[in-house]
Amino acid sequence: MAKIHGHISINIENCKGCELCTNECPQESLKMSDNINKKGYHYAVLVEDNCTGCTNCAMVCPEAIITVYRQTKQKRQPVAVISNVTENLNINID
Amino acid sequence: MAKKLMKGNEALAEAAIRAGVKGYFGYPITPQSELLEYLSRELPQRGGAFLQAESEVAAINMVYGAAGVGERVMTSTSSPGFSLMQEGISYIACAELPCLLVNVMRGGPGLGTIQPSQGDYFQAVKGGGHGDYKLPVLAPNSVQEMAEFVYDGFDLADKYRNPVLILSDGALGQMMEAVEFPDYDVEAHKVDHSDWATRGRRKGHDHNVITSLYIQPDKMELINQHLQEKYRLIEANEVRFESIMTEDADYLLVAFGLSSRVAHKSVEMAREKGLKAGLLRPITLFPFPSEILSQLADQVSGMLVVEMNTGQMVEDVRLAVSGKVPVQFYGRQGGMIPQPDAILHEIEKYYEEHFAAEVN
Amino acid sequence: MTQLFPEKTDDPYLYLAGDESYKCELIEEMNQVWRRPDSLIDTPMHYCPGCGHSIAHRLLMEVVEELDIVERTVGIAPVGCAVFAYNYLNVDMQEAAHGRAPAVATGIKRVLPDRILFTYQGDGDLAAIGTAETIHAVNRGEKIVIVFINNGIYGMTGGQMAPTTLAGAKTSTTIFGRDPSVHGHPLRIAEMIAPLPGAYYVTRQAVNTANHVRKTKKALLKAFQYQIDNVDGTCFVEIVSNCPSGWKMTPLESNELLEDEIFQFYKLGDLKLPGKE
Repeated sequence: MAKIHGHISINIENCKGCELCTNECPQESLKMSDNINKKGYHYAVLVEDNCTGCTNCAMVCPEAIITVYRQTKQKRQPVAVISNVTENLNINID
Repeated sequence: MAKKLMKGNEALAEAAIRAGVKGYFGYPITPQSELLEYLSRELPQRGGAFLQAESEVAAINMVYGAAGVGERVMTSTSSPGFSLMQEGISYIACAELPCLLVNVMRGGPGLGTIQPSQGDYFQAVKGGGHGDYKLPVLAPNSVQEMAEFVYDGFDLADKYRNPVLILSDGALGQMMEAVEFPDYDVEAHKVDHSDWATRGRRKGHDHNVITSLYIQPDKMELINQHLQEKYRLIEANEVRFESIMTEDADYLLVAFGLSSRVAHKSVEMAREKGLKAGLLRPITLFPFPSEILSQLADQVSGMLVVEMNTGQMVEDVRLAVSGKVPVQFYGRQGGMIPQPDAILHEIEKYYEEHFAAEVN
Repeated sequence: MTQLFPEKTDDPYLYLAGDESYKCELIEEMNQVWRRPDSLIDTPMHYCPGCGHSIAHRLLMEVVEELDIVERTVGIAPVGCAVFAYNYLNVDMQEAAHGRAPAVATGIKRVLPDRILFTYQGDGDLAAIGTAETIHAVNRGEKIVIVFINNGIYGMTGGQMAPTTLAGAKTSTTIFGRDPSVHGHPLRIAEMIAPLPGAYYVTRQAVNTANHVRKTKKALLKAFQYQIDNVDGTCFVEIVSNCPSGWKMTPLESNELLEDEIFQFYKLGDLKLPGKE
């Protein structure tokens, strides 16, 4: 799978349920929860494991409560592990 | 330093530069335009910013901004322009920003006349704009004082974090007199405002915010109480007045600014006739010299307030003497200046009636 | 501190977002690519759900952080919905009287020319009561950034007509729709000031989609960079925004209305670029 893997975390207590992020997500990974937060809003949640970390949701989130993570290409590939080891070795040598 | 012959407006402008003014924002209006013209020439060469704004409304808000960074800034105007500035002054007073305002009064109401008047007394001392606030008001009566009060005004503004008003009039602004500028060390009088001024967020601190908006009523009440405490402090510490021949007086004239010069002459004329008149001249209109007036009310048998309006300060005098003695009023309006003879006539009339009453 | 993940929940959808172990395994080995800017104070904003003001606030803080000017930026808050902007923007701020923000910014800039000044104003503030201050500040070429949020309505006072309200639009003071013969025409303020010699950079952007948000950020970056470079003139960034509460619709519907109708009248793009007329 050559796809970029991403993830988001949402500070759901500050979500106001405007739904802009669910509309903007190209992967349709976001949905409004059936539950409500302390303010009484249905909050946005990530429901699919296909997030690419494109940041679209964070761009349109008025409350700036979405943090976006993206897995580096390096770490997805097995060679990355080897390069990590070499890096460590380099450090040891120095 | 040698004395120099200058117009009142220009002397005030020169004093502002010597007091370290860093920004002047104003709009031309007769009879204070010389102030603006002088500063437009001199201030940029002597370390300050001069800007002719698009209106008095903009000018006072430029002062609000510049005062908010803690520098010495000022504006000047005349009566109709001062009305336009009231909104901004209310904001400045609530946000507690130090700055100097100058109102070179002219006759009103409305567009009125360009001749001198004292018709803005209420507006100056009772607040002027919306809400409960006060400005310390200094009332010069000579070109020398037009200059001196600039230093005092800036110092008061810095001390109390409050706008200070110099309430002058068209005659004082336009007349030429010899003036001597006192030695004044700007650096020594500098007050550090960095703890509240909006000069850019300081390292390791939260941001500074200047506002006059406190939407919670309990908070807004606290702000009001804080402001009132400050005004009480100013009343306790900053009252200034001049007593002329009051020691043995049995009749007291009260006048400020230009009318106090005329009243002074009338008192001298009365003294020549053997009438023991005296003059009390409030220098600060807020805080008002109520205490000395109350004391003098125990000594004199009557008072006469002379103003270039239809009777404004007379109300404060009556409040101060609280019915102890009758307080009469003599005034001219619309740009007319009271004549010494006319005031003397009022004094003589009082003595005749008072004397007649005693005989009866 | 608000809790990012609730401890226990029956919500099946929360499994992925809320599971701490999931977070440890997945997130910790990922790069954080976007988060709330530090200078945006960590408190819920008072704006209605879906309001563009909040996005504009965030972008401003992203920009001052990226340009490293947090410590020499002074912002001027308006009167209107953004009256409390200083509760969210952690740069020195002054709250101006209604419409007077450009005058306030002028005062500061003239006394402290090395500071970076911006005003943040709505359509009532900038295009109605403060038109004179706006035009004269730009005409003097004051070296400030004016951020103009145009949502075509008075949000704070309850949805009355703004000078920028489109013809036919229903508001609480034009209940049958704005009739230009009675209420005047919608005002394109950016087009008005772009020809002024004092205007250096004039652009109209939006924040209704992710791409528009990214473009708006670029425009703001440009405007602030110009001021840092001390260019001779005013930078004016208009952001056509929504007002779901004032327009009486959902945030999604309001964003659709922007695309369908409002951008036809308020065309997005640069109105004046340096070196081009």
